[in-house]
Amino acid sequence: MTEFDYAPAPESRAVVDIKPSYGLFIDGEFVDPISDDYLPTFNPANEEHLAYFAVGGEADVDAAVRAARRAFPKWSKMSGAERGKYLFRIARILQERAREFAVLETLDNGKPIKESRDIDIPLVAAHFFYHAGWADKLEFAGYGKNPKPIGVAGQVIPWNFPMLMLAWKVAPALACGNTVVLKPAETTPLTALLFAEVCQQAGLPKGVVNIVTGAGATGASLVAHAGVDKVAFTGSTAVGKSIAQAVAGTKKRLTLELGGKGANIIFEDAPIDQAIEGIINGIFFNQGHVCCAGSRLLIQESVADEVIERLKHRMQTLRVGDPMDKNTDVGAINSLAQLQRITELAASGDEEGAERWSVDCALPERGFWYRPTLFLNSTDAHRIAREEIFGPVLAVQTFRTPSEALDKANNSPYGLSAGVWSEKGSRIHLMAEGLRAGVVWANTFNRFDPTSPFGGYKESGYGREGGVAGLASYLVQE
Amino acid sequence: MTTAVHLSQSLLADARRDEASLRDFIFSLPGVDKVGLEARAAALGTRSIKNDSKRALIDLAIRMVDLTTLEGADTPGKVAALCAKAITPDPLDSSVPQVAAVCVYGDRVAEARAALGSSRINVAAVATAFPSGRASLIVKLQDTADAVAAGADEIDMVIDRGAFLSGRYGQVYDEIVAVKAACGSAHLKVILETGELQTYDNIKRASWIAMLAGADFIKTSTGKVPSAATPANVLLMLEACRDWERVTGERIGMKPAGGIRTTKDAMKMLVLVHETVGDAWLDPHLFRIGASTLLNDLLMQRNKLASGNYSGPRYVTND
Repeated sequence: MTEFDYAPAPESRAVVDIKPSYGLFIDGEFVDPISDDYLPTFNPANEEHLAYFAVGGEADVDAAVRAARRAFPKWSKMSGAERGKYLFRIARILQERAREFAVLETLDNGKPIKESRDIDIPLVAAHFFYHAGWADKLEFAGYGKNPKPIGVAGQVIPWNFPMLMLAWKVAPALACGNTVVLKPAETTPLTALLFAEVCQQAGLPKGVVNIVTGAGATGASLVAHAGVDKVAFTGSTAVGKSIAQAVAGTKKRLTLELGGKGANIIFEDAPIDQAIEGIINGIFFNQGHVCCAGSRLLIQESVADEVIERLKHRMQTLRVGDPMDKNTDVGAINSLAQLQRITELAASGDEEGAERWSVDCALPERGFWYRPTLFLNSTDAHRIAREEIFGPVLAVQTFRTPSEALDKANNSPYGLSAGVWSEKGSRIHLMAEGLRAGVVWANTFNRFDPTSPFGGYKESGYGREGGVAGLASYLVQE
Repeated sequence: MTTAVHLSQSLLADARRDEASLRDFIFSLPGVDKVGLEARAAALGTRSIKNDSKRALIDLAIRMVDLTTLEGADTPGKVAALCAKAITPDPLDSSVPQVAAVCVYGDRVAEARAALGSSRINVAAVATAFPSGRASLIVKLQDTADAVAAGADEIDMVIDRGAFLSGRYGQVYDEIVAVKAACGSAHLKVILETGELQTYDNIKRASWIAMLAGADFIKTSTGKVPSAATPANVLLMLEACRDWERVTGERIGMKPAGGIRTTKDAMKMLVLVHETVGDAWLDPHLFRIGASTLLNDLLMQRNKLASGNYSGPRYVTND
């Protein structure tokens, strides 16, 4: 028998050039913030300081919205084919610079390089390619013969998929002829700022894309700005509710993509080995920082012991550690605040009587880390089964019949995603019909494609992103 | 229908009772989702193996090679050359380990045995009307007995795919049992011919039939049919080995064969082993790689790691 260990396989960070500090991207230029306020951003895997970025104040947001307003008439009247050319150009540049984006995303976010390289950035490019194709075909999208753009879109995105969420927001907005002001999350601003460079490189007309970094107050200013016609937000349900209140009574259109507590449902006739992979992918992909994560596992009682045993065995093979290592499966928690939230919620699981089981693995000394964890014997009444943990923590429950599985899966204030594992096609259809979730995956989980609309029911938000349905969020039907 | 997720010794004993029980058993195994299986195999294919790990795994892979020639044109000279290569893979570097076995047709076993002399390299013979398996059981057993009598240490048999695909699982099982008996002390590798079974459910079921019938190894393919040792096929069969061990405590070996040509292919196989069945299988007693051209690529990559330069195919022997 031979000892097998993967030698360290670190991705080189030489490909990225991080500046000491970044201004705001307004009207096609990087400018110093009027607020004169900056925040630092860190690598969550080792707490290394990466850069300072500007915190946009009200005056900065105003400047950005005005720039977007000025750019709107020309951009919106440009032929779809011409707009499409810009989007195709951006998509190609993103592909050419994919490694740079992947490395920067991993440094700033803490996600494994394998995921930023193989999933995030390829999907980002795919979203731009897909929407580039729509730009000159909007009249055939089913929104009337001559659908019009809305105007200036104010977009606020989260830290879990910084570039992918940018792509989900910016690509359809531009394809439909809107101009945008985008506010990235305060812990992950760097790839959005690199995207600003791509806009320059692509020769995108000034003001079509503006990026105003900052924290919560910056986002609130953007959402409240009278010059914004459309607000798109992805993030927590709490912030989403405050945005809905801020927008209520105005002419602004609003789409919200909020939290989730997705049920991953394993029937006794499931393809078990693939279901185990689906459970792993459902909750440990991106450290569980996924709004549509399969964070509730529902297993049919007849196979529950077997599934849990296999799942534990498989979890023990997860490689947790340096996100820049190409063989890392689970990276760092994005911030100390998020780590504290995960820790607090998991502690409630202990207190409420669920049985904790965690992977036995070494964790790096610096940075923010959480061991992949199961809570067995969890029930609908536990906080860990109701609240979004947004971390690598899985609440495990069992069920006896398909109708019980449906009841349990739907017994949530959220309705973003669900997964069904069964070899029986009719059962999959029955479940998909009954699940109140925006996305239902059959025998897979956490698969994304630009052609497939994404969005939630209930407190998971409203509006769809991606696919034909996603265009509706950025068009006025005529 | 009950599923055999809860595998147990008694369930395996029941499966061996008669054809109906065997059929019930293999149809109760959890299904295989094609998309998920292939995605997992592809994901493991992105593991990055560098430096010391790569050095160690190349030597391990060399030790796992069943150096193979299975041509109608095989002659005593060809077999002798192959055996020389098996003993001394790189004439210029004595630190290169020997391969596990040479694999030949049954009528070349005696020559191989003689050529290998006192080395510890095994002789494996393909038998049972390899590669099609289309002959009577008497002929298959005689084929096996001949190879064993000539000195084969290992027998690589083919299952009757015709019987399997027409649902005569009992016949497939009985043949393996009979060949196993004819092997005596020789180790039996059972070739499923994945490219002809076609579906992953079939490959899984055939793996279990072979294990139930007493296979020492399960092997993907003859190398004569496409879709052989693909990462997904190998992953699936390793999962069967893993589950067999969980129930019985016995370790069944696994041999991918057909289409493994590069060091990278071989590394992917070892990653599948490491992450699926565990490191106990990282041993030529439990994992073999059937190949003819792979060895040279392993040697070239080994030289490159040692010298920093890639020498190219002119610097390795062609046998």
